[in-house]
Amino acid sequence: MTDSAAHSEIIETPDDLDRRLVLATQAGLPLHARPWHWLATELGVEPEQVMARVQAMLEDGRIRRIGVLPNHYRLGYVANGMSVWDIPDDIIDDVGRQVGQLHSVSHCYQRPRHLPDWPYNLFAMVHGHDRQEVMEEVDAIADLLGERARSHDILFSTRILKKTGLRIGG
Amino acid sequence: MDDLDRRIINQLQGGFPVSARPYRDAARKLDTSESELITRIRCMLDDGLLTRFGPLFHAERMGGALSLCALKVPQARFDEVVGKVNSFPEVAHNYQREHEMNMWFVLATETPQQLDEAIQNIERCTGLEVYNFPKQTEYYVGLNLQV
Repeated sequence: MTDSAAHSEIIETPDDLDRRLVLATQAGLPLHARPWHWLATELGVEPEQVMARVQAMLEDGRIRRIGVLPNHYRLGYVANGMSVWDIPDDIIDDVGRQVGQLHSVSHCYQRPRHLPDWPYNLFAMVHGHDRQEVMEEVDAIADLLGERARSHDILFSTRILKKTGLRIGG
Repeated sequence: MDDLDRRIINQLQGGFPVSARPYRDAARKLDTSESELITRIRCMLDDGLLTRFGPLFHAERMGGALSLCALKVPQARFDEVVGKVNSFPEVAHNYQREHEMNMWFVLATETPQQLDEAIQNIERCTGLEVYNFPKQTEYYVGLNLQV
């Protein structure tokens, strides 16, 4: 089963407390000694209820992780290249998993082709300190894949036009 | 950034505890105090070294929808189209990239239906075809940046 097939079984309308927890924490966790208790007071529920719910959301994958999200640019990772690959469909899962494990790759997805304009079906985001480093990483991926990749390209970002982060309404 | 800041960035990209005193519990592993950890995180957020601290949600598993979309924008219309595309609240990120498809944005909505509507509205508003690249399979997400 592909991961996306797994998702469709899990998708459910989040109930009210889940949704309110997302709204209360999507800008960040409170910087108080007892953040879960602080949230419980805000939401008018018991702290144990908040902690149990968050734990459940971690376990079923609705929360990917809890922690710091470093700013790439401030840490010197100023170059980002979206590498895109044309991989035969029958081997894409193996290739995708292999590329996803590489240290330089932050996101790796199968996405649809748009023929004839766009033959690529594997997207792997590569971060580096400069373009040269990103190009070297992408060359290394090309070497690793050999003939399994029919063609590839790198789309460097030249400007951030908008970055608000993901937000739900409310 | 000193050694403690580095260790916080390297070790706290996941695994923050769900406990009554989580900063105290995380601080022990980092060999520092609860109040020092809270102060460091606050300073690194204020300073822009950290984009965020807290839970990272998996939008699709929360019932929402995400997609990566691209446009081929004629150079002469670029600024005008940036304004139009960015005016949609569903557009979470938007990047200019070096390619004939030169504008790449992420749409995020609470339901899959709203995503389709946003794509149609962007096409109507810009007069350009939106190339939709929904995720079919996720192989890896999560840069673990070491400093």
